[in-house]
Amino acid sequence: MHGRPRKAPKPEDEAASAAKAEKLRLLQSQFLSNHNNKIYTKEAVDLSATLLEINPESYTAWNYRKLAVEHHLSLLESDPDSVNSLLNEELRVVENALRQNIKSYGAWHHRKWVLSKGNTSIDHELRLLDKFQRVDSRNFHAWNYRRFLAALMNRSDQDELKYTEDMINTNFSNYSAWHNRSVLLSNLLKKKAEGFLSKEDILSEEYQFVHQAIFTDPDDQSGWFYHLWLLEQTVKDASPLLVSSWPAHGSAVNQLGDWCLDSSASSPITSFYSGLGAFPLVLYFNQAVEGVNSSTVTVESALDKNKDLIWKPLSANNSHTSQLWFTHLHFPDKKIQSLEALPVEVSLGHSQGIISSSGMHYTHPSRFSFTVRTQPVETDFAGAHQEEIISWKDEYFHIYETHSQELSLAVSFDQLHFRNGHESTTSDWRAPDWRAQVIDEEIECFRELLRSDGLKDCKIGKLTLARLLTANDKMVFPCSNKLNHSEVLELYSELMTLDPSHYHYYKDEHSLVLLQQVISNTDSMLRHSFHFRGLTSLTIGSPTCLRLNNLSLSRIGSFEKLLWVQMLDLSHNELRSIEGLEAMQVLSCLNLSKNKLSSFTALEPLRRMESLRVLDISYNEIGTHSVDTTKYLCSSPLSHSVEIEWNHDEIVTVWEAFYLLKGLNLTQLDIVGNAIADEKFKLFLVKFLPALKWLDGKHLL
Amino acid sequence: MSDLPPYPPIDPTTYDLIVVGTGLAESVIAAAASSAGKSVLHLDPNPFYGSHFASLSLPDLSSFLHQNPRPSPTQIPSNNHSDFTAVNLATTSPYSHVQISNFAPEIIDPNSTKFNLDVSGPRVLFCADKSIDLIQKSGAHFYLNFESIDSSFIADSKGELTSVPDSRAAIFKDKSLSLIEKNMLMRFFKLVQQHLVIDGDAKISEDDLETPFVDFLTKMKLPPKIKSIILYAIAMVDFDQDSKDDCRELLKTRDGIDQLALYNSSIGRFPNAPGAWIYPLYGQGELPQAFCRRAAVKGCLYVLRMPVVALLLDKGSRHYRGVRLGSGQEILSSKLVLDSSFTVEEPLSSSPRDSVQESLQVLGLRKVKRKVARGICITSSSLKSELINFLVVYPPRCLYPEQATAVRVLQMGANFAVCPSGMFVLYLSALCDDIDQGNTLLRAVIDSLIVLPTCDNPESSFTDQCENSEVKPTLLWSASYIQELNMGQVESISYSPMPDGNLNYNDLLDATVKLFQKMYPDEDFFPQTLSPDNSEDDGGLSLEM
Repeated sequence: MHGRPRKAPKPEDEAASAAKAEKLRLLQSQFLSNHNNKIYTKEAVDLSATLLEINPESYTAWNYRKLAVEHHLSLLESDPDSVNSLLNEELRVVENALRQNIKSYGAWHHRKWVLSKGNTSIDHELRLLDKFQRVDSRNFHAWNYRRFLAALMNRSDQDELKYTEDMINTNFSNYSAWHNRSVLLSNLLKKKAEGFLSKEDILSEEYQFVHQAIFTDPDDQSGWFYHLWLLEQTVKDASPLLVSSWPAHGSAVNQLGDWCLDSSASSPITSFYSGLGAFPLVLYFNQAVEGVNSSTVTVESALDKNKDLIWKPLSANNSHTSQLWFTHLHFPDKKIQSLEALPVEVSLGHSQGIISSSGMHYTHPSRFSFTVRTQPVETDFAGAHQEEIISWKDEYFHIYETHSQELSLAVSFDQLHFRNGHESTTSDWRAPDWRAQVIDEEIECFRELLRSDGLKDCKIGKLTLARLLTANDKMVFPCSNKLNHSEVLELYSELMTLDPSHYHYYKDEHSLVLLQQVISNTDSMLRHSFHFRGLTSLTIGSPTCLRLNNLSLSRIGSFEKLLWVQMLDLSHNELRSIEGLEAMQVLSCLNLSKNKLSSFTALEPLRRMESLRVLDISYNEIGTHSVDTTKYLCSSPLSHSVEIEWNHDEIVTVWEAFYLLKGLNLTQLDIVGNAIADEKFKLFLVKFLPALKWLDGKHLL
Repeated sequence: MSDLPPYPPIDPTTYDLIVVGTGLAESVIAAAASSAGKSVLHLDPNPFYGSHFASLSLPDLSSFLHQNPRPSPTQIPSNNHSDFTAVNLATTSPYSHVQISNFAPEIIDPNSTKFNLDVSGPRVLFCADKSIDLIQKSGAHFYLNFESIDSSFIADSKGELTSVPDSRAAIFKDKSLSLIEKNMLMRFFKLVQQHLVIDGDAKISEDDLETPFVDFLTKMKLPPKIKSIILYAIAMVDFDQDSKDDCRELLKTRDGIDQLALYNSSIGRFPNAPGAWIYPLYGQGELPQAFCRRAAVKGCLYVLRMPVVALLLDKGSRHYRGVRLGSGQEILSSKLVLDSSFTVEEPLSSSPRDSVQESLQVLGLRKVKRKVARGICITSSSLKSELINFLVVYPPRCLYPEQATAVRVLQMGANFAVCPSGMFVLYLSALCDDIDQGNTLLRAVIDSLIVLPTCDNPESSFTDQCENSEVKPTLLWSASYIQELNMGQVESISYSPMPDGNLNYNDLLDATVKLFQKMYPDEDFFPQTLSPDNSEDDGGLSLEM
């Protein structure tokens, strides 16, 4: 069934197939006329059987037979023998059809339908299935049918698990068997069935089992896939946890009134400006959760306007579960501004309600607090600043020089890791446990495999090792600083040369790890943090800019540690996507210049970044490639008010641009150097973005 | 002998070929010659089919092994009017140092006729053996049923038996190899498979193919444990390949690869035979018998219990003309095949020494005079509690440092109809240079596998032993003997090969085919159109599970 080369048909074969087609056409037309006239005589039904045994793909014929069966059943309701023989005849036809084509969806479906009528021997079905599975042990139709039968006869998951084991022992190159095993084990572990109470023990046994396959034949991928599933089961934390937040625990937020960046605050990364009279409160979990609302998360503060906060998920697919949730805390009115710092305390996990997508409850009660101070700012200065252009030229960025500045930054970085906020029921919740131990053993195991002769270039082995090392890092951080970033980066670099057809995947993974490496270490964070001194306004000092430029990143991640960033330079990378960037709810200035972004669709995360004011997407590839046409989520902006003539492709792109930018309140946009950015497009932007003050460095009047 | 009925007269009295002895080689020749349209007379002095390949009950086996060499009768019944010179024909028994011990007569004796014990065990057929093809091609499969030998084990120096990881699935399931060892072994199997791909580009170099297999395995960096498995439990090598000073028989890589290929293609050839081997129901004596039946269908005449006492030579040229039977009747034929236990007392005209040597080479057989030590044990329980039929290999030097050859042990149970249910038969064999060496080998294996009841009081020791070691089965009956290895040869009369020391029949049948072709250079060895009902696929061979 697998790996058999297809032979080119010989002339005589073609003649035979033409004759067969002719015969089939005749049968088909006779059958259709029977069907249309609702003729269910024995001859008519037999004709459909003949048709199906030649061509099991004829759905209409299967449906006709269902109608015929219903018709006859209604006539002989009372006679069990006749019912049986009627149904057995159906099973016989299906069996013959399956012999013709074991992969016929219609035939398998018909069989299930017949079985749903009852009256059939399931033992017989199992024997038949055994025969089919011997012919083609990984045919997924047969496996599907097996699951159907197992459910129908209430066969225990344990028995089915044993069956997968037998099948794997016969030939372990069987994706279907491994897959069914993973499904059954998930069930058993979830149910906490007898003998499946300890996930630790079960997973260890499964690792041992799959090692036999992987080591016996590393070229066979089925074992590797199962291993990947096991790894996922191991690393996914049992219960959801809060990983980080903005504002961070212990931070002092300085609210600087409208559109001002602060320099005098003790920590440059917790100062914040806002023009909305509100600032975001962001919770970042280790996995997607649902049920975050004002009853599961308590926010206590003197800001009594914030009683019933509306929490929103920040997920790409608009679902109710998300790793990141946010709300807005409202400032006191400007009239009651004071220099007093108002404490805010956030706690969650004290009551049930926050649930992970796998059904686990949030069980670690967590609490964090910060203070909010509002500084009066003259609106004149703010107004002056709004007119000022932000320039990303290197000369405006200065490294942190003095020790005290570094120290305050370093302390702030440290605060970002959310490890003290949990009222630890398990004090060592991040300390190495059995999971870390399992991963450790796996790492050793695959290092050994890759050391052996002939496997130095085993691609999937390297990839697995890289994934294991990454999982290990994730698990031990921040308790241990012995991280494997360099080794992982090396592995992905090797993979990019070994396996060029998956270059982009490896490149993305490489980028994510590179970013982790930069961010996990305070020293390297300091190296990438700069004063921005590009503003001349009197009140404006030098805000902190995180510069991750020139790192040849193709993807970005580690957002849980970047929630504080207000100014971000990602220019001169190889970004094709900015997926996940929406987590940065306080980001106001973003430089994406000189990347490989190819459409406005790729910029979609920006839509949910309400603080964004300054955006540089110059010198990308927007408009160069044929555009993604899957997004038509808003009505055409052009339907009533545009006088300019657009051709179709232009309309699509403009539409996307409008969809992306309409909700943002950008004051500065750089778009030069993209194929799309012609004069016509710029006119459109000016027209539809009334807040825009600067376009490609030109002041708009 | 005196109470036997008088010898029946045989008619006709002239044949193309007379074959004496119904061993496998003789039976195949008889069937092949009959199929080629020759008139054949097939004689055997024994009352059963199979000669040295027979499967016998305990009393028959005992008397067959103890058979005294039959000297040529001192008085040849004289036929004065004969045109021929009669030359006496003597038989020499190839068996020596026969030791048969019955440790539990109360169990064994009532059942003694319910056994079908192979004289030349242990012997099985690889599913991909040429012999299987021959059985199908000749039509002998109509008379045979096979069952599968399920598994095989290799012993280590501690006497532990571990299952032989002989296939991808077996490597996967194996519990004794480390992960890295599994990886190495499977990689080597793949290397061999790639080499065997016709027109493949991953061939093993010609230079490597000419080197000793053991050196090639070393070059592939395989650890000793895996080397031992490949050499002795898969390639079925007899002699210690690591002992360079005693390199009588170093297997070449080319031959080693062929052996691996045979083993590999045997696994899974028949859907109901999970292992590499099959074995005929009722014992291997069924094989020659099946060929005899095939020959009979084609017109071959069979006479058992018929001694041949003399050869008849042309008075002038001293060329072979015919034989004189025990009945005194003289039968003429143009060709004669004798099994190798016969010896002619006077030289025949056309047998200069060098022609004998040449014919040995033609047959591809070794000139070295060697012996094989065989043993048969009957036990009341299996060596492995959950298994019935399996093979065990003791590689050289695993029993004791001086052990020069591998010992193979085959256990089978009542499902092969070779013994009463509840009992098990173990066949042992090992090549040896002399009797002491052979006996030491057999003794060492039996000691490590089985509990021997003490001789003076079998009853009491029986229970003692059972308490001490519940794992090892207790020996009920045993036989051991040393067999000479005689190979066939071709002259105007031909000698068919005796059982060799191998596990399968391939060398033996190769020799038989060559013998036939030498005798009848213009005839096909079983023409293809033999039987119309002989289906082409493997399903033609019936395996009853």
